[in-house]
Amino acid sequence: MNQPLTLTAARTVGPRWTLGIAAVALAILIALPLLSLLPNDHPLQVSAYTLTLVGKILCYAIVALALDLVWGYAGLLSLGHGVFFALGGYAMGMYLMRQASGEGIPAFMTFLSWTEIPWFWAGTQHFLWALCLVVLAPGLLAFVFGFFAFRSRIKGVYFSIMTQALTFAGMLLFFRNETGFGGNNGFTGFTTLLGFPIAAPGMRALLFLLTVALLVASLLLGWQLARSKFGRILTAIRDAENRVMFCGYDPRGFKLFVWTLSAVICGLAGALYVPQVGIINPSEMAPTNSIEAAIWVALGGRGTLIGPVLGAGIVNGAKSWFTVAFPEYWLFFLGLLFIVVTLFLPKGVIGLIRKDKET
Amino acid sequence: MKATPVPNLVDASFSSESSGLGHQVTGGLDTRHGTILTLEDIGVSFDGFKALNALTLYIGVGELRCIIGPNGAGKTTLMDVITGKTRPDTGKAYFGETLDLTRLSEVEIAQAGIGRKFQKPTVFEALTVYENLELAQKTNKSVWASLRATLTGEQQDRLEEVLVTIRLAESRHRPAGLLSHGQKQFLEIGMLLTQEPQLLLLDEPVAGMTDAETEFTAELFTSLARKHSLMVVEHDMGFVEAIADHVTVLHQGHVLAEGSLAEVQANEQVIEVYLGR
Ligand SMILES: Nc1ncnc2c1ncn2[C@@H]1O[C@H](COP(=O)(O)OP(=O)(O)O)[C@@H](O)[C@H]1O
Ligand SMILES: [Mg+2]
Repeated sequence: MNQPLTLTAARTVGPRWTLGIAAVALAILIALPLLSLLPNDHPLQVSAYTLTLVGKILCYAIVALALDLVWGYAGLLSLGHGVFFALGGYAMGMYLMRQASGEGIPAFMTFLSWTEIPWFWAGTQHFLWALCLVVLAPGLLAFVFGFFAFRSRIKGVYFSIMTQALTFAGMLLFFRNETGFGGNNGFTGFTTLLGFPIAAPGMRALLFLLTVALLVASLLLGWQLARSKFGRILTAIRDAENRVMFCGYDPRGFKLFVWTLSAVICGLAGALYVPQVGIINPSEMAPTNSIEAAIWVALGGRGTLIGPVLGAGIVNGAKSWFTVAFPEYWLFFLGLLFIVVTLFLPKGVIGLIRKDKET
Repeated sequence: MKATPVPNLVDASFSSESSGLGHQVTGGLDTRHGTILTLEDIGVSFDGFKALNALTLYIGVGELRCIIGPNGAGKTTLMDVITGKTRPDTGKAYFGETLDLTRLSEVEIAQAGIGRKFQKPTVFEALTVYENLELAQKTNKSVWASLRATLTGEQQDRLEEVLVTIRLAESRHRPAGLLSHGQKQFLEIGMLLTQEPQLLLLDEPVAGMTDAETEFTAELFTSLARKHSLMVVEHDMGFVEAIADHVTVLHQGHVLAEGSLAEVQANEQVIEVYLGR
């Protein structure tokens, strides 16, 4: 049913094939940034545009994977994962803004005629503290939110609505100039990271490789969790929470752990997204963004980890093609895709591969 | 297949008087007076309807008690009260001498040593038979321990043993959702066996079982008693006759009669409200 791909795919396509496909995919992902370093007139050169686009999609794939951990395994449909992604992004953005403004204060603060940096910006000129914030901001928010939600036994649709409200509230808060995060413009105009030019080919390639590494690490961690007793308890909580309690497990702790972990992974993805894309603003917290993430997971196949990664790739790949070819039809297409998947592919794209092989 | 009652649960040295009598200390639980469960004057009402009304009931250490009573008598509600799912409006509920069940959460009660089989069999359908048993197995059940858990040889042996006992050894790798109704009943009983509670609550365990399965279950429960205390809700009189030390008749949330099956069957009131119908 909801076994990690290692089991699912191995049973259908055969372990050698699965490993082969994974190895090829990984090789391509590692080759892309290296090829981007070739001189411009070289036929194999990968453009900065392509590299940024793929890097961005990889960040989304990590979000899909993180969402699958809570939705596919623990049955918690979050429609607010965008807020964790954005918080990680903003934390990294603060550091990049400090790099850009040097000794002075960030430009958007000068426009507000602020003369001092607000207290919560303290220390953000240090890369290590920014990295801590990348983990702490989404992690703490998820922990506190989850603590109260799970303690009150909020489940199902109510939980989804609350997460949606959370990201919406976050967006409204960050839209305000007084909040101190650049209002609706957010952060942009980054220059350097650790003193190196952020748009330089080498830096782009490095950020891309780090994203690939995070994706691979998250996948391995996810598989490890899914195969552990912890993962089986999550599945049990998803299907029969009361029964789990009468077995002597407290579901709250299990949910809280995976929920916070998922938020932290999202935050890390956001932190890698911002320097590659060059901008972060409150629209990342728009409710529709988080809903789209749920579509990636559903389309790829819930509870399979690799499925959601493919789902994010397919949807975003299609999106970037559509927005160039027929921009006005993208949302119709997305809606149609979702309906088709719900009706015909209840187990997502992964389910399709599996079914084909079985018949 | 031949019946294989759980070998290591059948303690050859048990004394016949351990049923509700004498001084026993059971695995850390204080059962000084030989009573594992004390319910006094329990009242539960749902929107004014009294599901349980001044119910008083004691279960002795090692006893196998059957609860009978017409539908709606409050049998399932009684189990809900003991397991913390429903809080009583009035009355006292103690596990052993010292554990106040009305103050503990469902999880704490389960950890203290009360296991429950539901009226409608509830197993984890997406997990395999083996994984279901493993999940229920008595061990440290914290998040941290679950992240690092691996089965010791001893635990594996125990799981194998239970698999054989519940006759699901061949289906160990099947998802529990694919089992028949009777098999699910057995799996849930198996989960109780690996959970190793001191008090087992079983709500209509043989519903939907064949005669042979019922007979086997009776054998299994009898072998569990003495070392464990059991409270079994059942309608099947043949089954009750086969297993019960004592029978409690529940009617409209109240204890109508208590005693051996023959005694309660001879009770005028019982005949009137229940058996006579
Ligand atoms: N949650 C509830 N809300 C309202 N009434 C309930 C609830 N649970 C049980 N009851 C009522 O309490 C009575 C006893 O139910 P129950 O304990 O399930 O009986 P039994 O298991 O003996 O058949 C029934 O009349 C039932 O309708
Ligand atoms: Mg009942």
